[in-house]
Amino acid sequence: MAAVKKFMFVNRKAPFGTIYALESLEVVLIAATFDQDVSLVFLDDGVYEIVKGQNPKGIGIKNHSPTYRALDGYDVEKLYVERESMEARGLTEADLLVPVEVLSSTEMADLMAEQDVVLSF
Amino acid sequence: MLHIVNKSHAQTTSLQSCLRLAKAGSALLLIEDAVYAATHAGAAGSGIADAMSRLKVYALQPDVDARGMAGKLVDGVTTVDYAGFVGLVAEHPNNQSWL
Repeated sequence: MAAVKKFMFVNRKAPFGTIYALESLEVVLIAATFDQDVSLVFLDDGVYEIVKGQNPKGIGIKNHSPTYRALDGYDVEKLYVERESMEARGLTEADLLVPVEVLSSTEMADLMAEQDVVLSF
Repeated sequence: MLHIVNKSHAQTTSLQSCLRLAKAGSALLLIEDAVYAATHAGAAGSGIADAMSRLKVYALQPDVDARGMAGKLVDGVTTVDYAGFVGLVAEHPNNQSWL
């Protein structure tokens, strides 16, 4: 088997306005299936993807937010939120539906720079 | 690390976020509509003028030419052709295309 690579998925879009958030989840699950070292990052409006209490029934879209809670079962446990993005949106860790590590921009920059592959959504 | 941005700074926050998260010494390649960020008119507002002291900034010449921006880039921006684009990707250990 090929060597494990460090894959980072950078999520910067709100959950329902575009298909990016859902597509990112799909690719994350694929990467996890191939036993890669997967990290998920939530920046800018991407933080809204993991806010508790999403109920898109009224807009006719499937609620994919529970999937973030299932990532644990695929050994995807590295979820990071940029503090600046979270605070700019009036959110705290208590508003998020999964446990995350909150990083400063500087810490996030270091983490990003050490990846083998960075994919943007 | 090589950061690649393809959207106008006036339309999306991709460049702004990239500049916030790019470590000093990184390379930034502006392509497509992102090349406007490196023009005399755009460089202050886009943050490129400030970022040039800590990042190596490149712009894709065919995209600059296509938009009539040749000769309007701020000093210190290096233009590359498509082969140069490939060269940048090859010479950096990793890269990120910001969306």
